[in-house]
Amino acid sequence: MTVPLIELRDIYKTREGRDILKRISLRVSRGEVLALIGPTGAGKTTLLRIINLLDRPDGGELLFNGTDTASSDKFRLESRRRMAFVLQKPVVFNSSVYDNIACGLKWRGIDRHQITTRVNDMLEMVGMTDYCKRNARTLSGGEMQRIAVARAVATNPELLLLDEPTANLDPVSAIKIEETLTGIIRQNAVTVIMATHDMAQGQRLAERIGVLADGELVQTGTPGEIFTRPGNRDIAEFVGMENLLEGVIASCEGEMALIDVNGTMIEAVTDCNVGEEVSVGIRPENVTIALSRLSSSARNCLPGTITWAVSSGPLCRVEIDCGFPLVALVTKRSAEEMGLEKGIKVYATFKAVSLHVIRRR
Amino acid sequence: MGELWDGFLKALELIYTFDPEVMQIAGRSLSIGLTSIVIGSVICIPLAGLIHFNQFWGKRFLVSLIQTFYSIPTVVVGLFVFVMLSNVGPLGGLGLLFSPAAIVVGQVLLITPILLGLVISAFRGVDQTILDTARSMGASGWQVAVLVIKEARFGVMAAVIMGFGRAISEVGISLMVGGNIRGVTRVITTAISLESSKGDIELALALGMILIFISLVVNIIMNRIQQK
Repeated sequence: MTVPLIELRDIYKTREGRDILKRISLRVSRGEVLALIGPTGAGKTTLLRIINLLDRPDGGELLFNGTDTASSDKFRLESRRRMAFVLQKPVVFNSSVYDNIACGLKWRGIDRHQITTRVNDMLEMVGMTDYCKRNARTLSGGEMQRIAVARAVATNPELLLLDEPTANLDPVSAIKIEETLTGIIRQNAVTVIMATHDMAQGQRLAERIGVLADGELVQTGTPGEIFTRPGNRDIAEFVGMENLLEGVIASCEGEMALIDVNGTMIEAVTDCNVGEEVSVGIRPENVTIALSRLSSSARNCLPGTITWAVSSGPLCRVEIDCGFPLVALVTKRSAEEMGLEKGIKVYATFKAVSLHVIRRR
Repeated sequence: MGELWDGFLKALELIYTFDPEVMQIAGRSLSIGLTSIVIGSVICIPLAGLIHFNQFWGKRFLVSLIQTFYSIPTVVVGLFVFVMLSNVGPLGGLGLLFSPAAIVVGQVLLITPILLGLVISAFRGVDQTILDTARSMGASGWQVAVLVIKEARFGVMAAVIMGFGRAISEVGISLMVGGNIRGVTRVITTAISLESSKGDIELALALGMILIFISLVVNIIMNRIQQK
């Protein structure tokens, strides 16, 4: 088995008596792109800072390329020089754009000619060749972040750490940064660990996602797994499962179960047992709306009344009261053709297999 | 007003004709002041870094104490250095009293609190994220320190300009430990003091203007360096 580039063993960190990270274990292989997602305050930044060897954990081990990073300060500096970290807030030094990008190379004692070539390549990559001599502090937030990315990549890091690189930027700048990052990931085959609270960004860029909540790594998996089979209610909420219903398994027949949600019975596929309390997740896009009861293969068809309908872009969000509130996403055109508006009686249909049942603890 | 005007004309004449004595005095003032600020900076900038970047017990008190000494009277420093360097003092054996070196020692002591305090303030202005970014980019301890000085260069330069101003304009130390010896330790400020007590107001005024002129030139040069 190959040695992972980064291995965390039971890393924990406390601050002012509060546990910021609770025994996190994680292996990241060379070339992998991992996104750490989680709400603000989940410990993403703290974890990245520990991985970048800026801070020391209060316990646990961090191995870089198989060697314990606690061994010596010299090894920590050497290891840090094989990584790069782009912080959430765009940070540039009070010097020219050129000097900003060159600094990491200068600190590594690279010769001047090589630095010039490399910096020019980086400027081209982020599309800022004309800004070479400008003081970096005079740039906009988005431009500063592009410089920060260029500065990080200039050193050819084996591990690139990104802390919500687009969080503080306007949408246009955010897209540019993301495009640049996508390019870097594809071309350089670099290992990336990025923190983001933007689930969609995590899905776009990463091949594996780790969900961090309240200092715990609660689930890791492919974006598809996290998205369709979130491990608990909090993750489900975080990944955009808007319909989360509380219920109890009323009866079971093999893996088909009847779940009692507020008096309404829903059929779902699950391995939970009778009497277990569960949360049922239904993605809004998996709910079909009809004006009359359809005969279809879908196991669930619930009558209800529309309580709220609002358009956003090409889609329309419809809230239906079927004994519990249920959100459905339909195209704006369908909504108009069917005349979906508040007070209309409709049937909400969804398949038993499209439901995600989570055990409640 | 007439005296001021005459003084101004005389100052111009003394400068224009490169009056040897005036030039010598001005040159001495300048070289002593510059020596003091260079030595002071070499000591204080790293020391300020050590104080700022390390956490230790009593740090806040130390910074308050440094700030208290901003306004220490020059004659008090002069007296202290005089006692230390006099024949009966602990450093009397060095034979430095009434030499330019003694003035430098006094001036360095005088400007140390200002330099330390203002440089610490300048370092405080450097955001923690700058330090984190530098470290994350693989800067060693020294490289981070150099970067911080660069980042804080405006504040550091302001401190140096302030320190130089205080050094070149002081009279108490030069008088007490320099002795105002003609051709040896007579500097502009002590010469002004002597000339005005002798009644030669015009020469005193002229020297005063030269002092301001020197300060102006030095500040212009330092500002140029700062803007680079």
